[in-house]
Amino acid sequence: MTACLQPADESNAVPPVPASLPPRQAEPEPRDFREGRAGFLHSWDMVTAVNGPGTRLTYFLAGCPLRCQYCHNPDTFCQDQAEQVWTEDLIRRVRRYRSSFLLTGGGLTLSGGEPLLQPAFAGRLLHSAHEMGVHTCLDTSGFLGALADDQMLEDIDLVLLDLKAGDEALYHQVTTQTLAPTLAFGQRLADQHKPVWIRFVLVPGLTDRPDNIRAVALRAASWPNVERVDVLPFHQMGRHKWETLDIPYQLADTPEATREQVEQAVAVFRSLGLNCPD
Amino acid sequence: MIATETKPTVQSAYRGFKDGVWRESIDVRDFIQQNYTPYEGTAEFLSGPTAKTLSVWNTLEKDYLSVERKQRVYDVDTHTPADIDAFKPGYINTDDNVIVGLQTDVPLKRAMMPNGGWRMVETALNEAGKEADPEVRKIFTRYRKTHNDGVFDIYTPRIRAARSSHIITGLPDAYGRGRIIGDYRRVALYGIDHLIAEKKRDKDRYIDQPFSEHWARYREEISEQIKALKKLLTLGHSYGFDLSQPAETAHEAVQWTYLAYLASVKSQDGAAMSFGRLSAFFDIYFERDLNEGTLTEEGAQEIIDALVTKLRIVRFLRTEAYDQIFSGDPYWATWSDAGFGDDGRPMVTRTSFRLLQTLRNLGPAPEPNITIFWNKNLPLGYREFCAAISIETSAIQYESDEHIRSHWGDDAAIACCVSPMKVGKQMQLFGARVNAAKSLLYAINGGRDEVSGKQIVPGYEPIKGDGPLEFEEVWQKYDDMLTWVVGTYVEALNIIHYCHDRYAYEAVEMALHDSEITRTMGCGIAGLSIVADSLSAIRYARVTPIRDETGLVVDYKTEGSYPVYGNDDDRADELAKLVVKTVMDKIRAIKLYRDAIPTQSILTITSNVVYGKATGAFPSGHEAGTPFSPGANPENGRDTHGMLASMFSVGKISYDDALDGISLTNTITPQALGQNKQERVSNLVGILDAGMQEGLYHANINVLNKETLEDAVDHPEQYPNLTVRVSGYAVNFVKLTREQQLDVISRTFHKGA
Repeated sequence: MTACLQPADESNAVPPVPASLPPRQAEPEPRDFREGRAGFLHSWDMVTAVNGPGTRLTYFLAGCPLRCQYCHNPDTFCQDQAEQVWTEDLIRRVRRYRSSFLLTGGGLTLSGGEPLLQPAFAGRLLHSAHEMGVHTCLDTSGFLGALADDQMLEDIDLVLLDLKAGDEALYHQVTTQTLAPTLAFGQRLADQHKPVWIRFVLVPGLTDRPDNIRAVALRAASWPNVERVDVLPFHQMGRHKWETLDIPYQLADTPEATREQVEQAVAVFRSLGLNCPD
Repeated sequence: MIATETKPTVQSAYRGFKDGVWRESIDVRDFIQQNYTPYEGTAEFLSGPTAKTLSVWNTLEKDYLSVERKQRVYDVDTHTPADIDAFKPGYINTDDNVIVGLQTDVPLKRAMMPNGGWRMVETALNEAGKEADPEVRKIFTRYRKTHNDGVFDIYTPRIRAARSSHIITGLPDAYGRGRIIGDYRRVALYGIDHLIAEKKRDKDRYIDQPFSEHWARYREEISEQIKALKKLLTLGHSYGFDLSQPAETAHEAVQWTYLAYLASVKSQDGAAMSFGRLSAFFDIYFERDLNEGTLTEEGAQEIIDALVTKLRIVRFLRTEAYDQIFSGDPYWATWSDAGFGDDGRPMVTRTSFRLLQTLRNLGPAPEPNITIFWNKNLPLGYREFCAAISIETSAIQYESDEHIRSHWGDDAAIACCVSPMKVGKQMQLFGARVNAAKSLLYAINGGRDEVSGKQIVPGYEPIKGDGPLEFEEVWQKYDDMLTWVVGTYVEALNIIHYCHDRYAYEAVEMALHDSEITRTMGCGIAGLSIVADSLSAIRYARVTPIRDETGLVVDYKTEGSYPVYGNDDDRADELAKLVVKTVMDKIRAIKLYRDAIPTQSILTITSNVVYGKATGAFPSGHEAGTPFSPGANPENGRDTHGMLASMFSVGKISYDDALDGISLTNTITPQALGQNKQERVSNLVGILDAGMQEGLYHANINVLNKETLEDAVDHPEQYPNLTVRVSGYAVNFVKLTREQQLDVISRTFHKGA
């Protein structure tokens, strides 16, 4: 409790009012962003069971180099609407939740957008959390994996790696970018024995071709550090965001993936010895 | 099972029990602590329902509950004013012979309890399609003064004004106040003869003192208590049991205890008629019988199932207006369980598991209101079983063991939703709640009602001018207005409880208390989130009042962004905290009836809908006439950073400023808890552990999809047992009014990202 909210002692005194705000911090300058003392944040959330184990403080960093057709957070594509935040403020929240993470088996997850679009910012957050003993998780497409230096990998306990398609042609169709950097990043994580959960979004009519599922599964199976694969059914919960942002949305008529479709895909991953939770 | 042939003796009743203070004086807590066995294992030992359990439950469902759901009230006895011994024994069917006893002679048949007020009874009778018996009417309108008559003889003009403008709603001035838990265990442990002897001794304890009103009331009340205990003895005989002596077996211990509770719900229709803290107590008897080889696990479960069956069919005659405030026909047979003892042992027993198992054996139901005193150090097997049952049924609530034990000891129980009290040593003077949100609008309008335009509060200046509201000025006026509102409110409560003691005294419940007890005055507020968000908007954004042609502020234009309560942002959360403390300090400054300890709760039952209906628009954007969020919840849909962040905000409100409890109702979709059952269970355990570690007092947990509720609105017949927790209690969703159903659906569903 801040001192300014203490009640007055005398009942007839002027009632207490919350005094002025904590002194307003200066606006970050370009150098602060460059050096990771500040960053562009889309939002934060305490999320359970989605972005890694337990209940996790998830920072959604703004900006992404990919334009995935099925993105359910297209409002994180750009940074111009994002909040400019001081890294230290975000670290303070991690510190506040540290004891909760111990109870929930959770930790910190950086998601986005693409967190590696702001490597200095992401690196400082991950490093501070790691220093506090907080479990850290990076949720990434891997496209900018080259920007994650070895120090950053040291500070990460788990990588959630989105494998969006199994070959270059489809990857480009889905994301407008190339697959090779993701594969290189995946290999680097494998070489360092870094725990990885692969995530694959099953989009009917786009990523659900049997040969694509098999190609993704083969990639995943080639990395012994992959602990788990989540097959995520495509859903339409992001549709209204595309409409609000007035960006053409190519999947407006695409049906959501059914339970059976997901189970079939899961069977393919399991047949290659991969762990898919029920 | 029938009454034992030979009269039990104290020696045989207490065989195998460890002695202690409980043998010297009435001290059930000491008996429990000396004799209970904590259980650290899992749910594997539990039994399913027996054929007899299912037979009774199926008859109840087929012949009674399904009929009641269609017509609201199954039946009413219009001739017999209720009392402990007013009705002949009744049974559900021929298999109903494990734990017996009904409120009247037929299941679900309701009885009149006119001591609270005759008009309420007659209205309820008419709404149930019945005519009042003219003789009974004559008795309670000509010869016997009621609680309601007494209160209105004393009410002051300002109370009447506040009631009619709905700034204070739902006061217990025409119905039983409730929130008194008799220590029903005493009947089983000591037998009634001993209890009467102790009461007689207490009565004459101050016989040599000179006359005073206090002295006379003390003697008169204990006399009433002794008469009630004698009636309880008669009630026992009518069902074939001799309650004069202590219970000899587990079956008798449960049956004796239940009959004592039954006596209370036969003679009082208090809003909340809670059951207490019973699992460890019963478990001592179960363990003894199991060890002696006279009982099996199946038999133990059958006894608990039979008891819970009875606790599910308590009914009171209520009006439709009453249902608006306490929706879904609740009676809060709250059964508190778990927590730790002062010596550091968990008070989790096998019977704690058996209680939860009833939700599987009999299916989900709102009553008894199962309340777990949660602590992150409770055995993991138990925490996981609680979470699993919550996920399956949405029927459990959780309260902080640490808050409760540190203030009220390790034999406390919850009355109603969140009100803790030491069993048998403490009662509450229940105070409904005052509209803290509407008070803010009164502050801005100088005591003019924003809905009717009438001047309700005299002598207050409104905020003038068309410029943006200044926080300092608004806060000053709000603080002033709260002085009037709280003063009026507490004046009404003092009057109400003075009259309730005179005209509708809870003799049997008080007979199962110590003769000298602690009283708390349970005040309450509604609309906390709206006040917090509105003050935040005024403080951090730009809020311009919009006036009608008479100058009354009827709406607000809010520009810019501001922090919102419920997102773990100190700027907004500290405002919520400040409001709670300010109200509490004003209550503390007033002299209370019977020297009660001032407390308040942040809890709305389902009155969040009626309160909202009677209230105008707010700077936070909360629209006129729309439901408040329940209890201490953040505004519906505005706690956008996840369930745990919402819990952390609510956890900041100081429990010391709301000793009667701070209620948070959560709804989370199953998917947001995890991909499979095991993940969901361990994640829910983690969330509860973390929330309570950060100071959270109470958590209702619903694990539901919005689509399920929407479907239930349209197809109620397919969801007869769909249970949801609304605000410190659970209801059958289909028993809510449509308006309340839509309110529940509009609440925040935490979905993860």
